[in-house]
Parts: sequence; C-alpha cells; structure tokens
Amino acid sequence: MLTIATDQPVYEPWFVDNKPESGKGFEGAVAAAVADTLGYGTDQVTWVRASFDSVISPAPKNFDFDINEFSITPDRAKVVDFSSGYYDVTQAVVTTKGSTIDGATSVADLKSAHLGAQIGTTSLDAINDVIQPSQKPAVFSTNDDAVKALQNGQIDGIVTDLPTAFYMSAAQLDDGVLVGQLPSTGEQPEQFGLLLEKDSPITNCVSAAVDALRADGTLAQLADQWLAQAGAPELK
Amino acid sequence: MTVGGADRPDGTPTVPAGAPTVSGAASVPGPGASARPPGTGRPDVTEADGWIPSPIQVERLAYRRSRTRRSALIAACSTVVLIGVVVLVVVNTPGWPKFRDSFFDLAYGWQVLPDIAEGLWLNVRLMAVCEVVILAFSMLIALARTLRGPVFFPLRAAATVYTDLFRGLPLILVLYMLGFGMPSLRVDWLPSSALFWGCVALILTYSAYVSEVFRAGIESVHPSQRAAARSLGLSHGQTMRFVVVPQAVRRVLPPLLNDLVSLQKDTGLVSVLGVIYDAVLNARIHTAETFNYTPYVVAGLLFVLLTIPMTRLTDWVSRRQGWTGAGSHL
Repeated sequence: MLTIATDQPVYEPWFVDNKPESGKGFEGAVAAAVADTLGYGTDQVTWVRASFDSVISPAPKNFDFDINEFSITPDRAKVVDFSSGYYDVTQAVVTTKGSTIDGATSVADLKSAHLGAQIGTTSLDAINDVIQPSQKPAVFSTNDDAVKALQNGQIDGIVTDLPTAFYMSAAQLDDGVLVGQLPSTGEQPEQFGLLLEKDSPITNCVSAAVDALRADGTLAQLADQWLAQAGAPELK
Repeated sequence: MTVGGADRPDGTPTVPAGAPTVSGAASVPGPGASARPPGTGRPDVTEADGWIPSPIQVERLAYRRSRTRRSALIAACSTVVLIGVVVLVVVNTPGWPKFRDSFFDLAYGWQVLPDIAEGLWLNVRLMAVCEVVILAFSMLIALARTLRGPVFFPLRAAATVYTDLFRGLPLILVLYMLGFGMPSLRVDWLPSSALFWGCVALILTYSAYVSEVFRAGIESVHPSQRAAARSLGLSHGQTMRFVVVPQAVRRVLPPLLNDLVSLQKDTGLVSVLGVIYDAVLNARIHTAETFNYTPYVVAGLLFVLLTIPMTRLTDWVSRRQGWTGAGSHL
C-alpha cells in the first residue's frame, strides 16, 4: 500500500471537488502518475488528510508522501525531505476590476498597494522581497480568507502561484483580474516538491519517479491538461 | 454612613494581642495564645512585655525550626529529583535530537525574538483597550439582568439572550463572522479594519463571561442589605451604586482578574483575520517559513512571562481578602 497525504480541504486547479483519490486536478494526476511509476495500482493507494502544521512537525508521519503545493526551500529541507520538483512556480497578482492596481504594468506600480497572501507560502516572501510594498502585507490562514478580504475591499490584491491566480480570477471572483506574473526571486526557479518524512527510505525512489515523469513529458502534459498557463503578462 | 454594619472589617481585635498573657504560662495554650499566629518562629523576647520564654517554650521553638528546615530540605530534594527524572526521560526519547532542533533552536529563537516581542506589544495594547470596554459593558449587562419589575422585561430578556449566545459561540467563529462578515456589508460608516472587528469580537465574547461574574457578585450580596438601604430612603440606583455594587466588585475581584489573564492570551486569536501582526501571527509566519517550531515556543514563553505577574496579583488579592479557601498555597 502507498499512503499519500494532502490538506483538508484542497482546491482547484490542484484537485477537483476536494476528492484527491479521483486522480483529477494537476496534483491529483501527478500523485496518481507517481504511484503508477512506483508500481502501485489505483486500488493500492490510500489517501489521508494532514494539515499544514502537522506535516511540518518532526513527528512521525502517517503517510509516504504529501502533495500540497509545498515549495522547496533549504530551511524546510532541514526538517523534512523533498522529492525533485514536479512544478516550476511563478507568483502572480490577482485583483478586482477597478481596484487601485487594476491595469498595473510594473512591479513599481504595486508598491503602494495593500497586498495579501496565504501564510506559509513563498507568495508572502515574493511580496516582501520582490514588491517590497510600503504597507506590510496581510497574511491569511487560507486563500479563501484572502479572497473574502479582497472581495470586501480590505486588501487591494492577492499574490499567489500562477495556476491558483488563474483559478481565483476566473472562478472565485466575480470581477477578478489577473494583473500579471512577478519576476522570480532567486537564482533558481521555485519548485513544488513532494514532502516526505526526514530521511525517509523512499525519498530517492519518489524523486526518481518524478524525474522520470518529467523526462518523458508526462508532467508537462498534465500541466497543459489541468493548469491554465498562457496569457499572463509579465510585470517588470 | 454604613448600612447594617457590614462594612466594618471583621476580626479586628479590640484588645492588644499581647495583653492577656501576663500569667506567663506559655506551656498552656490559653485563649490569648491564639491571637499570635502559630509558627511565627522567634518569640518576641522580653522587649515590651517583659516575657521570657520558658525552657520548654525554647525547646519547642527549636524543634519547630528543625521541622521547618527538614520540610524545606525534603521539598527541595523531591523537586530536584522529579525535574531530573523528567529531563532524563525526555532527553532519552528516540526523537529528542530532532525535537530539540525543531522546538528549542536557541539561535533561531533569538533571531525571531524581536519580531515576536514587537507583536506581543500589540497584544498588550489590544488587551488594555478591550479590557476597559469589557468591564464597562459587562457591568451594564449585569445591572440589566438584575433589574426588577415587569416593565424591564425586554432589557432583562435581551441581556439574558446576549450572555447565552456569546458564551456559547466559540470565539474563533465570532472573529471570522465579524472580521470578514461586517466589512462585506459594505456600509460606508462601518470600519472595515480587521483590528477593529477583532476587538469587537473579543469584547462581545468576554463581556458575556465577565457580566456573569459581576451578576454572581451582585446576587451574592444579601437581600437584607438591599432592604436596609431601601428602608433608609435610597433609590434602587443609589442602592446599587453605594451598597450592592461596591461589595459585589470586591467579592469577584479574583475571578475578574482570572478572566483578564485569559483575555491576554486570547488576543492571539485575532491573528486569524490576517492583517494583525501580533505575537502569534509573527510566530506562525516564521514557523511556516522554516518548518521550525521554535517561534511558537518563544511566543508561548513571552505570553507566560506576561501572565505570571497577573496570576500572582490575583493570588495576592485573594489572600489579602482572606480567601485562602481550601488552603491552596505555593
């Protein structure tokens, strides 16, 4: 049996209808493909739910790997293991029609805005490091809270990963606008990785499976299938 | 003017305590001996009253002192042994090295301390502002609940419904509903600041508790006090203001301080609204960045340091009023 964990609830476009076992949505499909590569059929995979805070603790894990948009960083890798990255992330800005940053074309245009992001995401770092706004960003427990605050006019915009930004602007917000993508922060592109217990015996196997899926084009094909990726202007 | 003699402090001795022991028969614990608190140790040798302890008394005092020393020694030993055992057990658990790195990373804790301390200052200010409003508002609710007469039924009913509702609602839900709900009404004159609505949620929830504490105090004042005050010509309002409420507040001071301590911690919950950089949110941000729980431990320690003086103050107030109750002590 292979046990895969994710958060409760999970959102589109990563999963569909909060049902990770369906293999739908980008991460649902990637998890199914990794399990398949490791030699586990769909009937040999169990899904469990684990909250963000429980996953990042050094306590023993009740899963083999967790897939939930975890960005790989060196600090985090001291506490948990990450597989190779399965998705290269860019950060993007979402707002509502007519807001102060609707129509912004450069990062400088965002400096005076009150922006929000989800806690524990690299989106928050992107606000602080790339945009460096004059106001401290708002930090929300979930992206849903951030969307609510944007609808209420309590914040001017949300920074999140590009696929989530597409989903927010198209589906969650009535008059959502995707302002654009932010330039990347560091030298290396930011990546999402599967999360495993520190020094897990299967980290290498899982990484090899992800690498194989990247090499044979499966990851790119799944991304095309589930994630809208075209047409976001790049903010300079 | 005092009513019914209730304001006279009880137990004030009318005769100097040393006076009745003229007989010098210290070996017989006469009625006068009880005026001197037992176990004060040293006898007030000679000076004012010319009393010289008998050899038996000297022996007894020496014996008592030796028992005290023995108790202190045993207490110290058992404390050291217990702490030692706990430390040994924890340190020898298989996960201890990882646990230590994740929860007690001293260097990282020191690094995040300024951020968290800055957040804590916000918690303190939040607590101070809320507490003032809570005390005033909850007193009004308590008074409304104790109003007599059928004409005040709507007020009594409203106050009862309010306390029932907000004591039952989990604070975190009130925070969510007000913090995200009220701004979505898009009413111009309503503030949309999360800090404001966080305060309101704390005030509404805590006032429900504190008003019940006040009501308990008010109802603990004996009806004869009220009757006596009314018979002296005081109106209902004057009776409450000068007779009932002052006694009620004095009686409920320890539970009030208890609620204040609790409020101090619960200001940390306001961080779920997102824009309030208090100690808890700063700790959560740092923990989420590095997957290291040390910031939580740092925030926890700071909160404890903040509440300990308050707890000791509560104990001191209770003791000063003679409420050692079942005799609990440190």
